[in-house]
Amino acid sequence: MESLMAYVIGILFAAAIYMMLRRSIVKMVIGLILLSNAANLLIFAVSGMKRGAPPLIPEGASAPLGPVADPLPQALILTAIVIAFGVLAFAVVLIRRAYEIVGTDDLDQMKDTDT
Amino acid sequence: MLLAVLSGFLLAAFAPLLTRMAGKSIGWLLAVLPASLTVYFASFIPQIQGGDALLIEYTWMPGLDISLNFLLDGLSLVFALLISGIGTFILIYAGSYLKGHPNLNRFYVIMLCFMASMLGLVLSDNLITLFVFWELTSITSYMLIGFNHEDMDARKCALQGLFVTVAGGLALMAGLILLAVMTGSYSLHEILNSSEALGSHGLYTAALICILAGTFTKSAQTPFHFWLPNAMAAPTPVSAYLHSATMVKAGVYLMARLNPAMSDGELWGQVLMLFGGATMLVGAYFAFSSTGIKKVLAYSTVMALGTLTLLIGVGTELAMTAFVCFLVAHSLYKGALFMIAGALDHETGTKDITRMGGLRHKMPMTALFGCLAALSLAGLPPLFGFIAKELLFEAVLEAPFWSTAATLAAVVSAMLVVGVAGLVAVKPFFGKPGNTPKDPHDAPLGMLAGPAVLSVIALLFGLLPFIPQNAVLLAAMQAVYGQPIDTYLSLWHGINLPLMLSGVSLLAGIGLLTLWPRLQPGLYAVNTAASRFGPEAGYFKVMEGITHIASWQTRVLQNGVLGMYLLIMVAITFGLTGYTLITRYGLHLSLQLGDSHFYEWGIALLLVVSAVFASSTHSRLGSVASMGVLGFAVALTFILFSAPDLGITQLLVETLTVILLVLVLFKLPEFVNLSSPFERYRDLTVAVFAGVVMVLVVLATLDIQYFESISSYYIENSAPLAYGRNIVNVILVDYRALDTLGEIFVLSLAALGVLSMLKLKAEDQHKP
Repeated sequence: MESLMAYVIGILFAAAIYMMLRRSIVKMVIGLILLSNAANLLIFAVSGMKRGAPPLIPEGASAPLGPVADPLPQALILTAIVIAFGVLAFAVVLIRRAYEIVGTDDLDQMKDTDT
Repeated sequence: MLLAVLSGFLLAAFAPLLTRMAGKSIGWLLAVLPASLTVYFASFIPQIQGGDALLIEYTWMPGLDISLNFLLDGLSLVFALLISGIGTFILIYAGSYLKGHPNLNRFYVIMLCFMASMLGLVLSDNLITLFVFWELTSITSYMLIGFNHEDMDARKCALQGLFVTVAGGLALMAGLILLAVMTGSYSLHEILNSSEALGSHGLYTAALICILAGTFTKSAQTPFHFWLPNAMAAPTPVSAYLHSATMVKAGVYLMARLNPAMSDGELWGQVLMLFGGATMLVGAYFAFSSTGIKKVLAYSTVMALGTLTLLIGVGTELAMTAFVCFLVAHSLYKGALFMIAGALDHETGTKDITRMGGLRHKMPMTALFGCLAALSLAGLPPLFGFIAKELLFEAVLEAPFWSTAATLAAVVSAMLVVGVAGLVAVKPFFGKPGNTPKDPHDAPLGMLAGPAVLSVIALLFGLLPFIPQNAVLLAAMQAVYGQPIDTYLSLWHGINLPLMLSGVSLLAGIGLLTLWPRLQPGLYAVNTAASRFGPEAGYFKVMEGITHIASWQTRVLQNGVLGMYLLIMVAITFGLTGYTLITRYGLHLSLQLGDSHFYEWGIALLLVVSAVFASSTHSRLGSVASMGVLGFAVALTFILFSAPDLGITQLLVETLTVILLVLVLFKLPEFVNLSSPFERYRDLTVAVFAGVVMVLVVLATLDIQYFESISSYYIENSAPLAYGRNIVNVILVDYRALDTLGEIFVLSLAALGVLSMLKLKAEDQHKP
């Protein structure tokens, strides 16, 4: 499954970078979302994907029974998901605000600092 | 010793406070430090008199072979005494010359820093330490030339001095490193004592060129001499101290210091004689043809620096004797003359010699010491300058090669210098009273103390030359020559060829001086015409070129188009990553089909299709909806592969994201194609390339496992230590609780930002 995910991640990165290179600022935001999803999947895939072995400890035991999925990358991804959402929310409001003031969503038109 | 060198920096820190408290007597107060340093250094005389060298060691960065070792021998002691001795009088002089100047406090800070750096430079044993102090003197010199920073000319001249000396300094650093590579040591005394012949080493020529590039720019040798006269934009105390007596001699010091090690290659002597001789003539000519009193003195300093370089190049025992004597004589009379020039400028209100005359009646003391110093400059008995000049003639007459040319150059420049001495002494003090803007009086005590002491010392040394000779000069000569020297300085050598040459140059100089008023306008016209082709014009061409390149490069690279920046960054990052991956690991594309269930294939397909659709559709709604699909497919992946917490979070966040996008982005305009087809294909190529590199990276990472996972620790200790059964949650709130706290801060800040932007909008609407 990991090798299949490698190709999926590659396509996600390609799509994300293509969108981030667009001049429309909305497309850039979509690129940003794609990029954060791609990055999360990247961490998830390279740490090894296990089916049906969540890192949980049954009641009464002091350690999981048998091998479980690696909990550390999961913790990192959890943080990343939440932070990415914070960044996105901020970016979206900022863009809307910028559009109201500048009157365009073309990044090339926004290159001067004083408008 | 360490304290002695660093005390200048320490005092500099308190100088502003002291300036405020001490008021008018600040110069005298601060001069206590250099005066006591002079006494301190003088106390070493008995130890090094016999030609021994003292090594005082402090470790600084032992890992990098950089130490704060100080090397004290005859040469460094002569310099240290000159720096602290003349420094004493300069600080007193500055207190009086710049009396009431609003930036006097700043002046003293930089001046003291300069003094400490200069002491560090001449006393350092380690090449790197020496270089650090070398650069510090360049920087302090820059700040002092530009002291009147509101004057645009001063700023320009300061920058010019900085560029020239620092460009040379860069070459010098390379040269010193090459020297260390050749000898295997960064320590000066080890380099000097090593018996290896550097002249035949393969790196010798390269090191020589680099080191001389540094010393020639610092010591204003032709063709780099132009920055020195321009440095006269500095207040006179600075010119007297930095640009005649001390800093410009740093280059000369380094050449003299390295002479025993470097002189076994033929090139050393030839290059030094050639450039030194040329500088001597150029300096003497321009000194004679200038009218500003400070410019005259500055060019005569250039001439003196050329003479010193020439003498190192000659390299005989006699030349080294002449070198040390000329060095001391020049520092004494030039320091004094600059201070006299400053006093004249201060009292008369003009720098133009042609407007001064007959001042000996109004400024008798100034005239007395001025004439004394000028006699030493002209090389007349019984002053020390005479001894130095006689030795110079003797040395060039006996030079091992190019003797005739060097003698001729020495006689011509001596002749011109007699004229120069007349310009600075006879012209202002004798003859008809001139028409000066201010009514002159004798300079105050603070401004006279320096010239008086320095010129009287020049007289004493001339009359009793055995005093300085036995004290330090002999030891200094040995340090420059590298072998014991047996010589005896005296005023009278009998009637011989050097004395006759002196006589000839004296008479010719007096002749030139009488012709000066008639010659001057013609010379001025010639100089103006020639300045269009001189080295200074070249300097301005280079600077213009740099500005052009900079603006061209800014236009190309910093064009303000964000997409372009991103494109370049992505292309370079992925290009380098891909290159490294393929060269180190190779190109391995593999796909195992058997280990996935059919529904997993389905999810993978969903991910790919939604991503491609989101980035290719023209509909905003379609794009946002397919982003939602993508997010849910990612959540499914998490859930299928043992990460239930991630799945839940992803579902929540994805729902919120879609709502947010729908709410906000629909106030923005429709998607339109802004880019041209070329731009789209270019971006697509880069994006696909980046995607391929990512695939290779993931496959390579799966293939190679460099480290054991550290997760077993968390898995084992989660329940016993942290009393939690969901290991992911335990990691977040227990093991990495601080990270989570930071995350909460970030989210709160983002929320605050969002809130304030929405609120701002509300306020805008209230405006009419």
